Amino acid sequence: MARDAAPISPSPFLSGLKSGISRDRHHPAWWRVVHDAGAICTCRRGSSIRRTASGGVKMMDILTAVRWSPYLAGAGIGLMAILSFFLADRPLGCSTAFAKTSGMIERVVRGEQVDTHPYYRKIGPYIDGSWMVVLGIVIGAFVSASLSGTFDLTWVPSRWEEAFGSDPLLRWAAALIGGMLLGFGARWAGGCTSGHGISGTLQLSVNSLIAAICFFIGGIAVAMVLFGFPGV
Amino acid sequence: MMFTSLHRNKGAQLLIGLLIGIGFGFFLQKGGVTEYDVIIGQLLLTDFTVVRVMLSAVIVGMIGFYLLKGGEMVAIHCRNVTLGSVVIGGLIFGAGFAVLGWCPGTVAGAVGQGFLDALFGGMVGMVVGAGLFAWVYPRISEGILKAGEFEVRTIPEVLGVNPWFVVIPFVVIMIGILWVLEVMGL
Repeated sequence: MARDAAPISPSPFLSGLKSGISRDRHHPAWWRVVHDAGAICTCRRGSSIRRTASGGVKMMDILTAVRWSPYLAGAGIGLMAILSFFLADRPLGCSTAFAKTSGMIERVVRGEQVDTHPYYRKIGPYIDGSWMVVLGIVIGAFVSASLSGTFDLTWVPSRWEEAFGSDPLLRWAAALIGGMLLGFGARWAGGCTSGHGISGTLQLSVNSLIAAICFFIGGIAVAMVLFGFPGV
Repeated sequence: MMFTSLHRNKGAQLLIGLLIGIGFGFFLQKGGVTEYDVIIGQLLLTDFTVVRVMLSAVIVGMIGFYLLKGGEMVAIHCRNVTLGSVVIGGLIFGAGFAVLGWCPGTVAGAVGQGFLDALFGGMVGMVVGAGLFAWVYPRISEGILKAGEFEVRTIPEVLGVNPWFVVIPFVVIMIGILWVLEVMGL
C-alpha cells in the first residue's frame, strides 16, 4: 500500500534498538516514541503485541508490560531526578528517609530529646518531601507490578533459593543484616545508589563518583564471595 | 529563575515528593531493577540491567540538569570530596547491597511488588542501621567522617571550564559503554 511505502521518520533513540517500527507518519512524533516503546517491551501475554486496527500498539499494553527496555526505564528515572532538582531543589535520594524514620521511632520511645541529638538535628526526623519519595516508590512499584499482573508475595527470591535453600528464616536474617549494613553505610557515605550514584553523578560530583565506584566494588566483592564466583 | 516559593511550601513539597516517588518506583519496577535476581546478577557481572538503567538515567539527568542550570533554574547540591566518608561508607554500603540484594530505593520498590524479605528484613534493617549510625555519629563526625577532605566539588568547577565541555564527553563515554555492552551481548 502506498501508505506503507511512505518514508520512515523514526524516533532515533528508540528505533536504533529495533529498526523498522516507526512506519507511521499519520501520527505526531510523541505518538511514535510511545509506539516504539511498546514494541521494545516484553508484553504480558507472551511476546506478541496486540495491535489496533491501524497497526498501532495500545497504550494499555505499555502499562501492562512486565518489563520495559532498561534504556526507557532509566530515562524515566533521569526525568524524575531532574524534576526533583527543579521542583524540590533537592537531589533525588532515598537513604535519608530511613534515618528520619529511625529518629521518629526514637522520639516515640525517648521523647523530644531526640531533637537535640547531633545527627537528628542535622537531618530533621520529620516527614517531609524526601520521606514521601520512599512511600511513593512503594506505591509506584505496586501500581506497575499490579498492572502487569506480576505482584506476588514472596519470602525467598529465586536466585537466593538456588544458592542457599528455601528457608525463609535464613533469608530474613540475611536481609536484616544486609539492610543494617546498607542503612549504616548509606548514612556514613552520605547517600545511596540514587543520591550519589544517579543524582550526584549527573551533577558531575567527584565525591559521588567515588562513592558510586565504592558501592559497586564492595557489592561485587561480597556477592562473588557469597555466591562462589559463578562464571569466573 | 528558581521556584523558591514552591521549594518553601511544605504541603506542596509533600505532594511533589510523593509524585516523584511514584514515578521513580514505577520506572524502577518496569526496568526490572526491583528484582533481587537482577541486582545480584549485576553484582555477579552476569546481568547488566542495573548498569543500563543507571547510565540511561544519568545521561538524561545530566543533560537536563545542565540545561536547566544554564537558565539558573536548578542549583548544584554537592559536597567536597571526603574520602573518609565515601570510601569507607561506600564499601560498607556495598557489602549490604550484596547481602540484601537491593539498595535503599530498589528495596522500597521490591516491597511494592510483594517481596516480604525486603519489607521485614531490608526495610527494618535499614532503619536499625541508620539508627546505629546516628548513635555513633557524635563519636566520628569530627574524625574519620571528615578525613581526606579536598576542596573539590564538580569536575567542571575543578577544571574551570564551561560544563558542556565535560557533559558532552561524559555522555559520549556513557553511550559508548552501553554500546559495548550491546556488542558484547552482556
